[in-house]
Amino acid sequence: MLIQRLGAASRHVVLVVMCVIALGPGYLMVTGSLKSQAEFLGHPWALPTSPDLEAYRTTFNDQFTRWLFNSVLVTSVAVLLTMVIAALAAWGLVNWPFRGRDTVLGITVSLMVVPPVVLLMPLFQVGAELGWISTYRIVILVYVGLMLPFSIYLLANFFRTIPASLLEAAALDGASPFQVFRRIVLPLSGAPVATLVVVNLLWAWNELLLALVFLQTDEKKTLMVGITGFQSRYSLDIPTVMAGMVVATLPLAAAYMFGQRYFIRGLTAGGLKGE
Amino acid sequence: MTTDVATVGPASRPVRRGLAHRLGPLPWVAPAALAILFVFAYSMFELVRQSFQYDDAWVGFENFSLVLTDPLFRTAIWHNTLLLVAVPVLVVLALSVAVVLYETRRGVVAYRAILFLPYILPIPVIGVVFGQLLQLNGALNGALDGLGLGSVTQDWLGNPQLALWTMGGVIVWKEVGFGIVLFLARMMSLPEDVYESARLDGAGFFRMHWHVTIPQMRPLVVFYVISEAIVMVSWVFNYVFVMTNGQGGPGTSTVVTELYIYRTAFQDQAPELASAAAVLLFLSTLVLIVGFFRVQRAEGGTFGD
Repeated sequence: MLIQRLGAASRHVVLVVMCVIALGPGYLMVTGSLKSQAEFLGHPWALPTSPDLEAYRTTFNDQFTRWLFNSVLVTSVAVLLTMVIAALAAWGLVNWPFRGRDTVLGITVSLMVVPPVVLLMPLFQVGAELGWISTYRIVILVYVGLMLPFSIYLLANFFRTIPASLLEAAALDGASPFQVFRRIVLPLSGAPVATLVVVNLLWAWNELLLALVFLQTDEKKTLMVGITGFQSRYSLDIPTVMAGMVVATLPLAAAYMFGQRYFIRGLTAGGLKGE
Repeated sequence: MTTDVATVGPASRPVRRGLAHRLGPLPWVAPAALAILFVFAYSMFELVRQSFQYDDAWVGFENFSLVLTDPLFRTAIWHNTLLLVAVPVLVVLALSVAVVLYETRRGVVAYRAILFLPYILPIPVIGVVFGQLLQLNGALNGALDGLGLGSVTQDWLGNPQLALWTMGGVIVWKEVGFGIVLFLARMMSLPEDVYESARLDGAGFFRMHWHVTIPQMRPLVVFYVISEAIVMVSWVFNYVFVMTNGQGGPGTSTVVTELYIYRTAFQDQAPELASAAAVLLFLSTLVLIVGFFRVQRAEGGTFGD
């Protein structure tokens, strides 16, 4: 009995230590954004003695608002387009099985792991030829292309689990493939769609490399590109840097608090299929 | 769990035969196919073509030999290889914490939510915050001093001997939550009676998990190892770029292959050399991709059935 108690206690100690390590940097970021520069440097781990929002004021007076807007725009349009295109493609592949379909899907899935840096240069050259550098459309187009493989894979896997009898009944009633898709398939797909939206939002919001190369003017930068430069611009004003980081993280952290299971389900979907 | 559900096949095909039917899946698949062909197929084709050319003339393997003899490229490749050390660390750490969480039950939901949090944070944000945290007079050294561990304090990012390992540590900090959640989910789905009988046989904590849990998790562990190996070889640009202001410093101590490609292409304006380096990086990930693919197959549930 005693040994079991000790075991439980030591397990909680291990877990609490891990949680402290996981939360430490976030704590530093949030409290740091409410401190003065001197206070941050002197007592980084202490709670702010007189928290003020000065750093946030500086942040929002900078181009930050613009970058925030760009991030929201690029992310939401890219994710929306990806979802529509992926759902159509997944339904097409599931509803009309053809020879070699499994191979096509297999190759599509494996594209997930192609590193973007490999594709970067040819895409940049096309963008430059079209005069699309520092436009939203090139970034959105490339993001959609990169998000599609996993999205198609996940949706196709789900569509295949819809009982054939349900679809046959609709087809016998004279419904066209599109009607079957809209009236039967989509209403059943709430969970996988929500999962995918979350995973794709997370990826697009956090993406740095492509945005860095394609969006070169301050006008068009996304938050992730902006904050990498923010750091050196405010190197003598760390609270402002931290406030910027909080703003860049907040939308995701809030979404995570409410829809935790979608995050976990979606991000582990590659490893845990059919569970 | 797709096995016992009838799949959609020819039997369910609509009876109507019109133009739409003859076109089949084409209109449905076309937009996705175009986007994927442009982003992946066209780019790969262009990349390979450029890697064999200079000023629009074919130069054979010239670009490759230039890149392969470039000391900076070799350094970059070596750094990615060193970062692979983080993979076994991640596996051991994630498995151990998952086992502890599995045994604990009470508070699992809260622990899991917190431990997974670093995995969803943007890498640029992580880079900036850790950049501050790891300064010589920064918060980590301050905390170590406060705990009476003043002798372990280091110039984490400023010491060229250490900077890459510090980078590896930050990557582990971010990626471990993914492994914990992945492994825990599988453990929760393992049949309870396996554990019951092991307990009845008098197996202790370590023996039970070593002999019962770990073997069951094998395919998932392989999946995790491959995913993380891919991260170390070809997805670490963001950390290095943000934490070293795009330099890979101090000196060349944190230059990785992706940064080499980025700088060769966009700062040195040598796209043909960058292409050759990118082809080499792609080939090395290809090995991992093939492994990834085979694990997907072996685990079942893909379209191979």
